[in-house]
Amino acid sequence: MAVDVPQTESRGLFKIRTKPYVHPYVGGALLGLVLFLAFLLTRNGLGASGGLNRLIAVVEDAVVPGHIDQTPYLLKLAGGEKNALDDWSVPVVIGALLGGFVSGLINGRLKVEINKGPRVSNRTRLGMAFLGGAIMAYGARMARGCTSGQALSGGAVLSAGSWALMMCIFAGAYALAYFLRKFWN
Amino acid sequence: MSLFPLEAFLRPLAENPWTYLVFGLIGFGFGFALEISGFGNSKKLAAQFYFKDLTVLKVMFGAIVTAMVLIFLSSAIGILDFSLVYVPETYLWPGIVGGVIMGVGFITGGFCPGTSLVSAATFKVDGLFFALGVLFGIWGFGETVDLFWNWWNTNSYYGRLTLMDVFQLPTGVMVLLVVLMALFMFWGGEQLERIFGKRDLTKEPRLRYAGAAALVLVALAIVVIGQPTSAEKYARVVLTREVEGEKVQFSAEAVLEDRYVQVHPGELLDSLADPRLRVIMLDVRSEADYNLFHIRGAQHIPLDEIASSLPQLQSLHADNVVVVVMSNDETAATQAWRYLVAANIPNVYILEGGINHWIAVFGVDEVGIRPASTPVADDALGYTFPAALGDRYEAADPDPHAWKLDYTPKIQLQRRRAPSGGGCG
Repeated sequence: MAVDVPQTESRGLFKIRTKPYVHPYVGGALLGLVLFLAFLLTRNGLGASGGLNRLIAVVEDAVVPGHIDQTPYLLKLAGGEKNALDDWSVPVVIGALLGGFVSGLINGRLKVEINKGPRVSNRTRLGMAFLGGAIMAYGARMARGCTSGQALSGGAVLSAGSWALMMCIFAGAYALAYFLRKFWN
Repeated sequence: MSLFPLEAFLRPLAENPWTYLVFGLIGFGFGFALEISGFGNSKKLAAQFYFKDLTVLKVMFGAIVTAMVLIFLSSAIGILDFSLVYVPETYLWPGIVGGVIMGVGFITGGFCPGTSLVSAATFKVDGLFFALGVLFGIWGFGETVDLFWNWWNTNSYYGRLTLMDVFQLPTGVMVLLVVLMALFMFWGGEQLERIFGKRDLTKEPRLRYAGAAALVLVALAIVVIGQPTSAEKYARVVLTREVEGEKVQFSAEAVLEDRYVQVHPGELLDSLADPRLRVIMLDVRSEADYNLFHIRGAQHIPLDEIASSLPQLQSLHADNVVVVVMSNDETAATQAWRYLVAANIPNVYILEGGINHWIAVFGVDEVGIRPASTPVADDALGYTFPAALGDRYEAADPDPHAWKLDYTPKIQLQRRRAPSGGGCG
């Protein structure tokens, strides 16, 4: 299995040599530790789509003032005088961006590139990435949480709904994987 | 009170601006851990679904079981109050449908929202496009959720439901089972990698066996120690009451003894009529007594099943919810009160004097309702009824405007905890 071993001469920004990813169990334990600290200190887990949701609400409020106050779903995020960004999910998202950036920098993985299967064009890949993002986010809002907020965080505190959801994510992906095999392989 | 979660995080964050920094640092660790695991690389993520590289499964379940055993170990030794930990509420069908849609998006785009952020942060263009797609999808959901608003909000809602509730297992046993299941999946994943990804398992670090053994040992320790009982948690409860303008802290037993939470029937009636309050009445008597007579709107939940009310009560986030428990006198209601208070349900009160007192106030003149001819035992129904009419007596639903009663108001709304909601909420 060669995915863990990038080409020896690969370099990222500032010519930092690309280092291999850590062993998945080590990565898992580390991520678990972060998740545990989040719950222990703050009683909340991790999340990504919630913070982005609030960003969208702010943009919408700026572009179409008043619209939020007529949409019940957005109302509870940013209705009236409420500041949609005043929520714990926002600093978590900002921190995650920074954490990913710093790790990419010191491990030589800051590189402008498009990761894709060998048989698809860049254009197709980017189109599919956008489409996949839109589908994923729609499902995540419907399920009240994404892979981080529901599967990971809810999974660790043994929420029944989160476990059902987690199984469904894998089921949905595996069900479609066969048909997209040419796209990724 | 347990030490964790920290008090500051139970209040609105703006009261303690440093809390934002803590969340920022947690986010940093989150992004960092995702990146070093290879989650910024869509090819690595998608490989999961062709059985070549099960990094996603290993990292995800590795993280879940690591966090899980630490959380429940902390709870077992009493440093973390699990009832304060946010557990995503179960909306079963919206979760199932949303989950399948997410799976489709995952394999189409190669990321989930969190990993796409990390990918974009390391300049991967496909990650950036996925993240933009996420923003579009979120916007699209906000604009279309009205079409299925009712389904989304009410269908198959179970509140704060855990796997322990579903399988009726002690927490430690459930934790151990999840650890064993994860280890089995890791083993199976490695076999798949050997077959489909041509991976040489002999080169895998031996240390992973030690990690597996450590997980099982901690899980066993959680089984042996057990989670704090309701009585243990109750002994640690501290309640704040406003007495003559001053905030005073009491133990739960002191609150009971000083009768700060026993509300007069008149106050309950006025509260029911108060549009600013949402009063939930829990009638913990026997089914027979409940069928004979109960206050209109009271839910029947026998004392020995009070635990089953927790998933719903713990997920009520509104500030104006008041829970009033009642029995014939006060004994059973007080038991229920102790249980709910131990579980950190805010604003729980007891109907003073119970149903017997209620009828003495509102049902004295009602035809058919008669005091029992012989003295009754404590917490038994002190009246006889011509038939089991439940809430169809006049005294079951008195007109609040027809009664002017003198009572000392007891209900003081405690502000609920800062809104939590999932990271994705």
